[in-house]
Amino acid sequence: MAQSQALTRLVAKTKESNIRWHRYEGYLFIAPLIIGIVAFIFLPIAASLYMSFNTWDMVSPPELVGLKNYARLVSRDRLFWKVLGNTFRYAGWIIVPSVTFPLILAALLDRPIRLRYLYRLAFFLPLVTSVVAVGLMFRWLYDGEFGLINYVLSWVRIDGPNWLSDVFWAMPAVAMVTVWQGLGYNMVLYLAGLQGIPDHLYEAATIDGAGPLSRFFRITIPLLTPTMFFILIMSVIGTFQTFGLIYVMTQGGPINSTNVYIYYLWQMAFGSSKMGYASAMAWILAMVIFTITMIQVRLAKLWVHY
Amino acid sequence: MRAARVERVASLKQQELLANTVTHILLIVLGLAALAPFWWMISTSFKTEFEAFQIPPTWLPLEPTLEAYGDLFLDQPFGIFLYNSVKIAVLSVGGQLITSSLAAFAFARLDFPGKNVLFIIVLSTMMVPYAVTVIPLYIVMHRVGWVNTHLPLIVPAMLSSAYGTFLLRQFMFSLPVELEDAARIDGCNSFGIYRRIALPLMKPALATLGVFSFMASWNNFFGPFIFLDRKYLFTVQLGVALVQRQWYTSWPRLMAGSVVVTLPVLLVFLLLQRYFVRGISLTGIKG
Repeated sequence: MAQSQALTRLVAKTKESNIRWHRYEGYLFIAPLIIGIVAFIFLPIAASLYMSFNTWDMVSPPELVGLKNYARLVSRDRLFWKVLGNTFRYAGWIIVPSVTFPLILAALLDRPIRLRYLYRLAFFLPLVTSVVAVGLMFRWLYDGEFGLINYVLSWVRIDGPNWLSDVFWAMPAVAMVTVWQGLGYNMVLYLAGLQGIPDHLYEAATIDGAGPLSRFFRITIPLLTPTMFFILIMSVIGTFQTFGLIYVMTQGGPINSTNVYIYYLWQMAFGSSKMGYASAMAWILAMVIFTITMIQVRLAKLWVHY
Repeated sequence: MRAARVERVASLKQQELLANTVTHILLIVLGLAALAPFWWMISTSFKTEFEAFQIPPTWLPLEPTLEAYGDLFLDQPFGIFLYNSVKIAVLSVGGQLITSSLAAFAFARLDFPGKNVLFIIVLSTMMVPYAVTVIPLYIVMHRVGWVNTHLPLIVPAMLSSAYGTFLLRQFMFSLPVELEDAARIDGCNSFGIYRRIALPLMKPALATLGVFSFMASWNNFFGPFIFLDRKYLFTVQLGVALVQRQWYTSWPRLMAGSVVVTLPVLLVFLLLQRYFVRGISLTGIKG
């Protein structure tokens, strides 16, 4: 006891004598990170905001035009609205399946069954595969004539469309690829959530005569709502920033039906060299994401149990 | 009485058996659905051009051939693409591990003015959409002559990982402080404590971060796509996308390319799988 007190005092003293010297040494440790963050995130943010008030094609000098870029986007750029709408449609196709499918998987895998490890592995593979590989794989799977999907559909006498060149089907087809790729990630989040639910709740409910289904809907689901909320927010933020998959699978087509926000932004910035215009687009996107997240946080009070 | 109990136990066992069987059936169906695309990719990559367009499609290549792989490497310098990808990934990961662990150590263990505010600022950068920073970044890189070098893909990744700092800091909180205190009494300075005590204890978390950042770097498409347009600088991802843009779509060759870009991450993932899962649950839920 006395020994440990002496030790504590000694530690305190050593720390104290070091304080003058070492009060600022923490800065040395964080310096590389802070320099990186300032140089590669904060300065670009400031530059981007400034550029959004300019027109600039990277050849002639930039010209300050105030809010003109924003005004033009909102009032005169038809494609801008289409692309924004497409992005919402894309998110709309993704949200429900990416919240529900992984939940089913997690519920199945939460039980101590054999080969659990192998099953989990299967759902992880899509996650670690790059968008280029995934995009190509599915372009081939979705092929109208020779693709595997239409072949399997033909077993049940369904004549599948030419998915990626169909104005209606292209978007849901791309969205399902995103869902497929996110399965494993969201499943792990659910598994972590499931582990946090104490067993005694289930035991008590069983004693009170609750069956497996009502236990699932009355205990599991309500206690997983924070996880669902997190998945919802992350999925929306993710879908609003998709680029690679669209580039590889459809290039925004057919007739701009899968042209989503970042893809259009890229076309403006690197295709047409409208750097100011594209920067304004980036800021509108940031505001849209921020607003949606805030709305979700507000709505969460209605359905998320903390 | 006893018979009734025996019967009940038996029926419970039956129920469990039934539940397990149903679970397995569901999981097998879903698992196959998740894996079928990979099967199709691998199987196509070993087919001849002719067989790839056969109706009905063949599940297994009738005459397996390495032709597509040969063509892929003969047609484009895939050896160079692989080297570029490895180089970029190794340097980004290495740098990120050093920068993030240094900062995480300071945020978890040292006291300095403004610590909490600085940490919140660092965290807030995770919410900035990439679209906001990429255009100015491109312009700056253009000005300093870094476009068409690998530097824009390496240096920012090395120095600005808020995610890595967050993950390692969370992990540091779960480590005992006593060892570090003892070392301090013995006269070890902060850097010594970081280097000799914190860093070795952080190994599992460093492995987690390493796996994640390796995959992020290897699978990155947008970055290389924006900053590189000279072929000999391309990463494998750009290389495969390049094959796609050719006038003639050869599916066996494209699938062979997809297999080539997937194999390295797959190996890393299989070897370090447990770190991967822990990383998601460690940071994901805390969000």
